[in-house]
Amino acid sequence: MSHDETIKAAFKGMLGKFSLDAGFTAPAKGVTTLFGPSGCGKTTVMRCIAGLQRLADGLCVVRGDVWQDRNGAFLPTYRRPLGYVFQEASLFPHLSVRRNLMFGAPRRDGDVGYGRIAFDEVVELLGVTALLNRSPAKLSGGERQRVAIGRALLSQPKLLLMDEPLSALDRATKDEIMPFLERLRDRLALPIIYITHSIAEVERLADHIVLMEKGRVIGAGPLEDLQSDPALPLAVARDAAVSLDGVIEARDDRYGLFTLGVRGGILHAPASPGAPGERRRIRVMAGDVSLARERPGLSSILNVLPGRIVSVKPVDGNEVVVVVALGADGAGARVLSRVTRKSWELLGLAEGMSVHAQVKAVALAPGRGDLG
Amino acid sequence: MPIPSEVWVPIQLTIELATITTLSLLIVATPLAWWLARSRAWFREAVAAIVSLPMVLPPTVLGFYLLIALGPDGPGGAIAGLWGARTLAFTFTGLVIGSIVSSMPFVVQPIRNAFAAIGDRPLEVAATLRASPRRAFWTVALPLASPGLLTGAVLGFAHTVGEFGVILMIGGNIPGRTRVMSTAIFDFVETMRWREANILAGGMVAFAFAVILSMILIEKRFARARA
Repeated sequence: MSHDETIKAAFKGMLGKFSLDAGFTAPAKGVTTLFGPSGCGKTTVMRCIAGLQRLADGLCVVRGDVWQDRNGAFLPTYRRPLGYVFQEASLFPHLSVRRNLMFGAPRRDGDVGYGRIAFDEVVELLGVTALLNRSPAKLSGGERQRVAIGRALLSQPKLLLMDEPLSALDRATKDEIMPFLERLRDRLALPIIYITHSIAEVERLADHIVLMEKGRVIGAGPLEDLQSDPALPLAVARDAAVSLDGVIEARDDRYGLFTLGVRGGILHAPASPGAPGERRRIRVMAGDVSLARERPGLSSILNVLPGRIVSVKPVDGNEVVVVVALGADGAGARVLSRVTRKSWELLGLAEGMSVHAQVKAVALAPGRGDLG
Repeated sequence: MPIPSEVWVPIQLTIELATITTLSLLIVATPLAWWLARSRAWFREAVAAIVSLPMVLPPTVLGFYLLIALGPDGPGGAIAGLWGARTLAFTFTGLVIGSIVSSMPFVVQPIRNAFAAIGDRPLEVAATLRASPRRAFWTVALPLASPGLLTGAVLGFAHTVGEFGVILMIGGNIPGRTRVMSTAIFDFVETMRWREANILAGGMVAFAFAVILSMILIEKRFARARA
């Protein structure tokens, strides 16, 4: 087995009038989201990775296995060990749910992905046990999409591709499927590439993110790094936020609070079920973080963290976005603070300066690890 | 009232001809329809037009060319030479070949439409689930197109039963060999045997009714199952 634990993809070419020139390298674990506005080429990139679309100038290497290279090597889709979940479930209407699920399952044991995914496990994970003998025509939208996910998983993929699996669903159904996706990510050691144009899905699911715009990749890296990079559109958006992965250090049931350790600091957050040692993802919005030069005295704000100003960038009108690295030495996780230009000048803040970041609200990303 | 053998033999021959023609057509027309539905070749529609010609041509024109092709100087004569015969014209084999050509568009068209209606997505899904193109064809495309195949088979059968001009041109209306129902009716009417003509004509009406009704019912059933 190869020790190259990455997914490399790069495709270049014209598709009608659309010019695509997108490349990225992502770790072959966790969730990598392809994020960008509609029509930016995310789906095309994914179809190229799957081999459903072929651009002559293309490269696709998954954990050292060459699926396509620029010397003409091109593995047809059916020889690539991948799973693909389309925007619409696309179940086979002439097969029962059970036979849909089993369609791609290896008929012989042997050539399976690492960590074989068992039928019973998938059926239980996705909650489709009661549906097995039904016809796809008799399922709801959410049920169909769950079966489609199960079908992809049971083909024992080494890479799971998901193209906006939630976008065709209504809000209630989205909320019903999201926990399944989180369970997938947490339970299965299966790298996932996930397309979305919803920042909420990115914040909940992504470990790694590839930002796309007009057929180009404008940034790629760990979610946290890209969220706090003021050169990229995420950090300067009105609803900019960072996602921080923390570990529960203690819980205080008297006040219903967790103490969470993140890199460079400790945060209090509303508790949900979970024991010390478990991982939780929290979301800190730029608008909820204010800055002070001195440690403030008594205040209703619980979370006051020392940090260091990394950079500042003016954004629309009279505000600035400040990137603050947590920790007195500024070596911890980065958060964003959106403050007015007037406060910035009144406080005499500058890059490199030590500050105290006051975090008004910390949202626990729901579900993460809850169902482990 | 017993059915005279002059009536019964053409009926048997017609059923035999239509059955062999329909089965041959399914084997020939299905891959052709698949290619017409999936290919991006520039000459695709030209091929489709050639296949559809028998629908528009007068049967006598089609019969005339088939007669030449099947005759001693055409390819049919050469093939007949393999078993020591001189020609395929005026033989049952000739009728089968002629029927295949003249009924082809009625089988190809519905199957092609059914394949086209499936779209790319189910086949892409099959490919992402490790199905080779061959397996995808057998386990996805063919079952999904089955209403079209059924329609094609029924139309092909019915059209073969009803073909008259082509049969007359290349078959010669030889009793027991090439006299089928449609030509037998013509014969009975010419010789003023109204009773026999009536039995056959009435039988054809009942058959046509049964064909159309069963097609409507089949379509409804599929529509319900896939709803």
